Amino acid sequence: MLSSAILPRRIWLLIGYAVAAAALFSAPLYLNDFRLNLLAKCLAFAIVALGLDLLWGYTGILSLGHGVFFGLGAYAMAMHLKLVSSGSRLPDFMDWMGLTKLPWFWEPFKSFAFAAAMGIIIPAGLALLLGFFTFRNRIRGVYFTILTQALVIITVTLFVGQQAYTGGTNGLTGYTKMFGYSLKSDTAKTMVYLVTVAALILAFLLCRYLVKSRFGKVLRAIRDGENRTRFLGYDPSSYQMAAFAVSAGLAGVAGMLFVLHVGIISPTMMAIVPSIEMVLLVAIGGRGTLVGAVIGAVIMTQAKSELSASYPDFWLFLLGALFIVVTVFLPGGIVGLIRQLRQMITRRRNENELNLNSIVPKSNGIV
Amino acid sequence: MNSTSILSCQKVTVSFDGFKAVQDMSLELAAGELRFLIGPNGAGKTTMLDAICGKVKPAAGSVAFHGKKGTVDVTRRKEHEIAQLGIGRKFQTPSIFSGLTVEENLEIAMSQKRGVWSTLRASMKKIDQERIDAELELIGLGDKKRLRAGLLSHGEKQWLEIGMMLLQEPEILLLDEPVAGMTDKETDKTGELLQEIVRKRTVVVVEHDMEFVRNFASKVTVMHEGKLLKEGSMDEVQRDDRVAEVYLGRKRRDYDVVSSTA
Repeated sequence: MLSSAILPRRIWLLIGYAVAAAALFSAPLYLNDFRLNLLAKCLAFAIVALGLDLLWGYTGILSLGHGVFFGLGAYAMAMHLKLVSSGSRLPDFMDWMGLTKLPWFWEPFKSFAFAAAMGIIIPAGLALLLGFFTFRNRIRGVYFTILTQALVIITVTLFVGQQAYTGGTNGLTGYTKMFGYSLKSDTAKTMVYLVTVAALILAFLLCRYLVKSRFGKVLRAIRDGENRTRFLGYDPSSYQMAAFAVSAGLAGVAGMLFVLHVGIISPTMMAIVPSIEMVLLVAIGGRGTLVGAVIGAVIMTQAKSELSASYPDFWLFLLGALFIVVTVFLPGGIVGLIRQLRQMITRRRNENELNLNSIVPKSNGIV
Repeated sequence: MNSTSILSCQKVTVSFDGFKAVQDMSLELAAGELRFLIGPNGAGKTTMLDAICGKVKPAAGSVAFHGKKGTVDVTRRKEHEIAQLGIGRKFQTPSIFSGLTVEENLEIAMSQKRGVWSTLRASMKKIDQERIDAELELIGLGDKKRLRAGLLSHGEKQWLEIGMMLLQEPEILLLDEPVAGMTDKETDKTGELLQEIVRKRTVVVVEHDMEFVRNFASKVTVMHEGKLLKEGSMDEVQRDDRVAEVYLGRKRRDYDVVSSTA
């Protein structure tokens, strides 16, 4: 009876995924430009949320520094776009700062493939390095989280300070072309949107594979009892480093896509507030479930766009309040709430059945 | 030291901020032996297990493990390396992974390659599934295999953990008070499981429950204030005056138990 109850659910789930994918892929047909761009942004953030969920929801490590990894990916893409758009000239801000020659580390970003690879490798590599020094020394919990905040401050200061190389506070903007096509055209926008959908689906499948694999079970085991996994013979630090690096790499991918949709990246977008907002996407959607992360990202990014346009000052207060409400009353987020409701319904149904055929004594085992 | 020795601890000293929890303690284990480690509270029994499994690093002394992969001084190894060598540890409180199902707990405990790459590519083979199913049968949790382990009762959690230890297939198993906080019925079942465990490997058990210890005809090591007090059979130990004195001075109830059949 149990197996017959599970099978249809799996099929329903597959149908749900297929419908969602179809709806996303066909969105350019029924959404206007503005809406499509907003949805594309939502989906980019959904990719960050997936990575964060893998790290926080499944491995139990809270990073408040994912803005940095997101930003590094974004800068890698922005550097490429800037170079392509400037043609043979030096990027404008370098000119203003008195540089006469392109810095050596900008040179290889003329290649799209190199920029795209770096957009993943740099964030993942930085995470691996930070993870190596923290996890191996058994720095975890709050201390780790504080370190990720420090990482944000260091990175932002560095990017603001090195104006000649990074564009400083203004960041990188003013790019017009990619592969020789104008980024402003409708076809380009649709293409970029479709690439984002594909990236999100790939990221989802990757995370799903990781979570369902034995690797994912070890991650959850580390979340539940890090020391215990050690005495089973697992080295938790290598698993934590792996999860952190994958998570950072996904944030990098999201950053690259974000730049394509928004057309600008600046240090403010990788600072503390955006970093915390990214965690909120997961908390509100429901951590520990991949669908929750995606739902949270889409809903919150939409809401931010609507509300911060009409009440710009009010948005941050609302965000803070929402965080408190979710942590106190909805630890499982939206998905957790739905799950609870479903359990309540089935329990009530079971009780009714038991009352009808009261020969069977009521069991407490199900709860 | 005889030829079948599997673990030899030589003059192990563990100190915490100057306090010597274990002092010059030597312990020799023969392969396949079941050894009980008893003593009053604060005698250093648990700390001794910690030193063997790498949870604490001894300030002095050596712990030589003569395992399948040759002789290794485990005091220089990290916890997960020691576990991989073949020394398993069960802590006093049941420490199962509450967010994983019963079956998943067993799956990750099962002896296998423990690296990131290995677990990423691991698939559930038929033989593995059979091992897990057999284990579920043995610990009597077959019908609860899809239940989250956090929802099990205290006794069930202990059995699950023992099942995990069995699948881990260590050469030496260190058990810290496996029947603490159990009902009589649960204690009996745990005793049966222990007999099962002992058949195939070397086991060290820290235990307070003397009745439980008496069920097994095996060697007993008594510790007191971090030192070795007496080693021998249960009868020998119970006849020993110093042992009686230590229990009398420390804890009346334990003394009663020790002296009742002496």
